[in-house]
Amino acid sequence: MQIAIAIFSRLVKAALTLLAIAVLNFFLVHAAPGDPAVVLAGEAGAADEAMIEQLRERFGLDQPFHVQLGKYVWGIVQFDLGYSFRQGAPVSQLIAERLPATLLLTMTAFGISLACGIALGVAAAARVGKASDTMLTTLALLFYATPLYWLALMAVLVFSVWLGWLPGFGYETVGANYTGLTRLLDILKHLILPALTLGLFFMSVYMRMTRASMLEVSQLDFVKTARAKGLSGPAIRRRHILRNAILPVVTLAGLQAGQLVGGAVLTETVFAWPGIGRLMFESLAARDYNTILGVFIVSAAMVILFNIITDLVYRIVDPRIGATA
Amino acid sequence: MTYLKATTFLIAAALAAPALAQQDGGRLDIVVQPEPPGLMLGLVQNGPTQMVSGDIYESLLRYTTDLEPQPSLAKSWTISDDGLVYTFKLQDGVTWHDGEPFTAADVVFSADVFLRETHARLRSSLAYVQSIEAPDDTTVVFTLKEPFGPFINAFEVGTMPIVPKHIYEGTDYATNEMNATPIGTGPFKFDKWEKGSYIHLVKNEDYYVEGLPHLDEIFYRVIPDAAARAVAFETGEVDVLPGGSVENWDVPRLTEMEGVCSTGKGWEFFAPHAWMWLNNREGPTSNKLFRQAVMYALDREFVKEVVWNGFGTVATGPISSKTNFYSDDVTIYDHNPDKAKELLAEMGYDGEPVRVLPLPYGETWQRWAEAVRQNLSEVGINVELDSTDVAGWNEKTSQWDYDMAFTYLYQYGDPALGVSRNYVASQIKKGSPWNNVEGYDNPALDEKWNAAATMVTPAERETAYAEIQKEIVDDVPVAWLLELEFPTIYRCNVKDLVTTAIGVNDGPRGAWIEQ
Repeated sequence: MQIAIAIFSRLVKAALTLLAIAVLNFFLVHAAPGDPAVVLAGEAGAADEAMIEQLRERFGLDQPFHVQLGKYVWGIVQFDLGYSFRQGAPVSQLIAERLPATLLLTMTAFGISLACGIALGVAAAARVGKASDTMLTTLALLFYATPLYWLALMAVLVFSVWLGWLPGFGYETVGANYTGLTRLLDILKHLILPALTLGLFFMSVYMRMTRASMLEVSQLDFVKTARAKGLSGPAIRRRHILRNAILPVVTLAGLQAGQLVGGAVLTETVFAWPGIGRLMFESLAARDYNTILGVFIVSAAMVILFNIITDLVYRIVDPRIGATA
Repeated sequence: MTYLKATTFLIAAALAAPALAQQDGGRLDIVVQPEPPGLMLGLVQNGPTQMVSGDIYESLLRYTTDLEPQPSLAKSWTISDDGLVYTFKLQDGVTWHDGEPFTAADVVFSADVFLRETHARLRSSLAYVQSIEAPDDTTVVFTLKEPFGPFINAFEVGTMPIVPKHIYEGTDYATNEMNATPIGTGPFKFDKWEKGSYIHLVKNEDYYVEGLPHLDEIFYRVIPDAAARAVAFETGEVDVLPGGSVENWDVPRLTEMEGVCSTGKGWEFFAPHAWMWLNNREGPTSNKLFRQAVMYALDREFVKEVVWNGFGTVATGPISSKTNFYSDDVTIYDHNPDKAKELLAEMGYDGEPVRVLPLPYGETWQRWAEAVRQNLSEVGINVELDSTDVAGWNEKTSQWDYDMAFTYLYQYGDPALGVSRNYVASQIKKGSPWNNVEGYDNPALDEKWNAAATMVTPAERETAYAEIQKEIVDDVPVAWLLELEFPTIYRCNVKDLVTTAIGVNDGPRGAWIEQ
């Protein structure tokens, strides 16, 4: 019961936060120079005043700023993200088209980085000071420091141009019309390079954090007690050290999970992955206000959602933490 | 009007007899960059839309690389001797992709109703039109108020795409649901658009030209990163890189690959002409001596060789050498820093900094701006680069908030369509980045521009434009830079892809793949 109330109060706060974010974003986006009518007219290669006026009127840009803002917020309250005049479709539809591809990519990357990061961190902590530990931490530092787009381009160069093992870009083989299992395998093949590229950075973050945290916890008194009880090394590490060392990793994972929607712009661009990050970037360049704001809101909702989930996970990992904390 | 004697123009039934037997079948993968915002060509006229939708929609005419009109939806046409009446005979047996018959009523609806409302560029030509009528189902007559020589260039597919009356009449064009699945008369039909990935077109089996098109299907591939586009071509994933889809320094590497061809043709209708707007209203750029000094300071040959990898031609004035009525009888500005310094000393330039606005279209343009900064610094001009994104660039140029701003514009085959708009005073209007943005005001020349547009014979126009070019080049209203060339890179087994003045835009109609 207590937890239900806690979640409810969190959701109410979340809704208010979202609304505030929507308003703030509205100001931000409109503060940038240029507007969608000018961009559209610019692309047409010719324009006259009549055309620009006509476009502004259709986009509702001829109305006073506070009216535009009011209309937008009123729409948001009714779960209406508005219409993209540039693309001639409702924003919710544009986002829904792109969301699955992005989630597939970011969640795979998230899964890989979390699983491998923790496993390698534990392994490195167990061999602290040895050659294998040094090798792992060096690699992690390297991946941590390398810019993502460079890594992505090198991966394409090596694995698809030189070796020809994996497709260098795209979501699936265009025009092959695969179905069922073949299609699934085809998508997986396309997924490997972008997911690894995106995952490597966070993998090294998790690994370094797990390792440091493991080492810190292993100095504590209760670990000595466990050892004195005669428990084996692996059992202590798994049941006592890792369980206590994982909390900071959970915090960080919660932060990364919040970026599942909007955090892959670069990877999506280099690998021509038809995701939402690209939609946002292209809409920004075209000043397609409704679409940018829509993506922002979905991203913000994602961050808030994962913050709540992270808090719940804390409770499971460490029962001493209350839901209201 | 009663003594109307018609002059018959070129009536070629189909393309000239080919040297090789064309083979049917196959698929073509073409890069499209950036992803078009929409495919309804009557509503959206940006470059990518024109490229994809040029296969779906058609207009009355097509144009050779020498800008000679060819039949398209019109099989023949006549222009009256006084240059006022254009009569088009339409092809027989043409149907829309949904099976409805195409008639002269569609043409009248498109030109007179739909495009008049949606197409700013065509609207300026339609201002010369008195009436558009369809005496019968296969005849369309355009009657002009006064002779307008360039009117024959207005029947290109991006300029006057013919749209289906039965779908659009009486609806709100911008929100018509059919915009998502465009219906045209062209050689390829729209099949599917996977947003962010590709657009799929399939062969129009009922196309009215016997034996065309040869290809079964076309995939327009959306690949947002320039390096990835180059890789896609290298790995054989795509067959065609249309002009401008890879960075210039990648071009030599790709064209040196085995079995790869390239051509600079297919841009004659557009003749992209690059220059810097020089703000004629205020600051040092309002002084003619300063503007001439800029021209002498710039090493345009160097930019062409280094920044553009040798592609393009140094511009001599406002009209591109590919556009009709070009004249090279003008003052030639070579790279002469000493002369530039003299001119600056003569005007008494006090070192007031000028803001240069680069064009935010990628690395090449950034480097070009840096080359210009260096050239200008060499003669003692203080330059600040004022970088922004596309929307910001549009805003700043159309609100005249700059000293020098890079741009390039299309010329559409005729000075009256794509050149005079940048120099006549009636086109000084805030809010558009395509008109007389520099604020050049020369009433004497305005009269000449206007007169040249409405002269009846090409010979008269030739003389008039030669005079204009000679005069305006001395004034340097803008700093002309290069006639740009965007090579199309393709695999050599793709044949007959670039045969017209708009290249890849309507090229797939006759293209075929050698097995």
